[in-house]
Amino acid sequence: MQAALVRFLDGDVWHSFRKSPMAITAAVIAFICIFCALFANWVAPHNPFDLATLELGDARLPPAWDEEGKAKYFLGTDDQGRDILSTLMFGARISLLVGVASVLLSVVVGVALGLLSGFAGGKTDALIMRVCDVMLSFPSILIALLIDGVGRAMFPNAHDTLAFAVLILAIALPGWVPYARTVRGSTLVERHKEYVQAARVIGVAPARIMRRHVLPNVLGPVLVLATIQVAQAILTEATLSFLGVGVPPTQPSLGTLIRVGNDFLFSGEWWITIFPGAMLVLIALSVNLLGDWLRDALNPRLR
Amino acid sequence: MIAFILRRFAQAVVVMLSVAFIAFMLFQYVGDPVTNLLGQDATPQQRAQLRADLGLDQPFPVQFAKFVGNALQGEFGLSLRQGRKVSSLIVERFPATMELALTAAILALVVGVPMGVYAALKRGNFWSQALMTFSLLGVSLPTFLIGILLILVFAVTFKVLPSFGRGEVIALGAWTTGWLTWDGWKHLLLPAITLSIYQLTLIMRLVRAEMLEVLRTDYIKFARARGLQDRSIYFGHALKNTLVPVITITGLQLGGLIAFAIITETVFQWPGMGLLFIQAVQFADIPVMAAYLCLIALIFVVINLIVDLLYFAVDPRLRMEKSGGAH
Repeated sequence: MQAALVRFLDGDVWHSFRKSPMAITAAVIAFICIFCALFANWVAPHNPFDLATLELGDARLPPAWDEEGKAKYFLGTDDQGRDILSTLMFGARISLLVGVASVLLSVVVGVALGLLSGFAGGKTDALIMRVCDVMLSFPSILIALLIDGVGRAMFPNAHDTLAFAVLILAIALPGWVPYARTVRGSTLVERHKEYVQAARVIGVAPARIMRRHVLPNVLGPVLVLATIQVAQAILTEATLSFLGVGVPPTQPSLGTLIRVGNDFLFSGEWWITIFPGAMLVLIALSVNLLGDWLRDALNPRLR
Repeated sequence: MIAFILRRFAQAVVVMLSVAFIAFMLFQYVGDPVTNLLGQDATPQQRAQLRADLGLDQPFPVQFAKFVGNALQGEFGLSLRQGRKVSSLIVERFPATMELALTAAILALVVGVPMGVYAALKRGNFWSQALMTFSLLGVSLPTFLIGILLILVFAVTFKVLPSFGRGEVIALGAWTTGWLTWDGWKHLLLPAITLSIYQLTLIMRLVRAEMLEVLRTDYIKFARARGLQDRSIYFGHALKNTLVPVITITGLQLGGLIAFAIITETVFQWPGMGLLFIQAVQFADIPVMAAYLCLIALIFVVINLIVDLLYFAVDPRLRMEKSGGAH
């Protein structure tokens, strides 16, 4: 473990990270957002889900720097008197949870299918690639909406957990295609290399060759892709929640908060919707920047 | 050439059939049409009667063939929520979405291409850097947030533009248009900008990348050596050659625009197909979902087919690759 750490600190990736102010800024912002989201229970100044602490008299207060604001609520309060800053942290937690879970799911499915496609070739390969083509010709948001709609129709009175599962599936299912294509491409290259042939010759089973020998060598691009896709998944989740078909209303994510705040835009209470929006963009932008940097840092041709 | 066209056509038919199959499965297994039509307390005889009337007792392939036959005639039954024919609902909403998507596509092209050319020619100066940063923001800002920001600025703060609906429309037969009235344009402006931003940034980045690529080629150097003016080199030679991929991508993205219109239409309460679809998803209104799905798939397949054929006609190099490549 310690050796790995030393090797990492000594390596190219860490060096290029220290040389890139953009990457450092993005990492710091992403770290703060993730930290606040993960530890919202302890970091947030109020607990927006604790009904006992809510005071309706404090509803729709502007941010603290406004004349009518209260110092207690730094970013103001929403229509139910919940502190915006705290709902942001709890909302970001749900957004991150859904985003990361759906990316993990699509990575697992995509990598498995890509490996299979590249390694098996023939009819299997053709079938998987045709499915990819069809999936790619439709925007992911449409596929996600469709799956969500079907889930809604099949389980009309779904429990929260089930609603989350359907949502994660809806975001993950259109997402596996890029992984499958990338991994298939690298697998096609790897499988002709000598170490694979050697493994074959000594009689290692194909499944084991795929898992133990080829897989570690094709994971680099997947890592880059996954980073960028986390940002994309968070945005998709927010979009679905904004459209009213995302997370259950009892577990508001950033998208839900924006949707709720949108109703108050016309009466001048902009902070209810703008702050969650800003938080969303901050997370997406910093993760995107980190992904861009990682892509360049891991690309040997750019060194 | 003919083999290629036939193969693409066969692929398109397969895609359409699989989408139709998904839509058919939705009808079959999600919700029970008999219960939906008769209610919970119908007698078994009534149910059996209706089942026979609807043809639900027939074998599976026959039902699917019937479904495809009906779908080809645009027949998807009644909307569960509104009780009206799905086809007439869609026909009513179609012009609104098409006008929005077309306006957005034209806006994205007209603004995006010059911005991309500028960013390529003046690479490294302040304004082109600013354009690139803006484009990164355009990719990271979700569509609905752009819409909300535009509403906040132009409709709430300055009160210069309306924020919902289509405004005054003129009916030309079955087609209603907002393009012919001043009020219609005012209503169209914010949604069109919202919908176009993502495409605009995409086109800008693409034009920039292609321009940089082309400007490095030999024929540009020769054009310079011949003493041609900058303007004629940039716009006569370089831009012309970047436009083939740009037009392809824009064509392909038109389908994406129609799909993404769902979000824009929700933000601006634009009475198009997207709004119809999202309400159908919220209320699990299967006939509307199925019809929208088939229509969108048809639009996508047709656009893909046209773009493929155009590309094939425009670029002779592809003819070699496609016929020789492993397809």
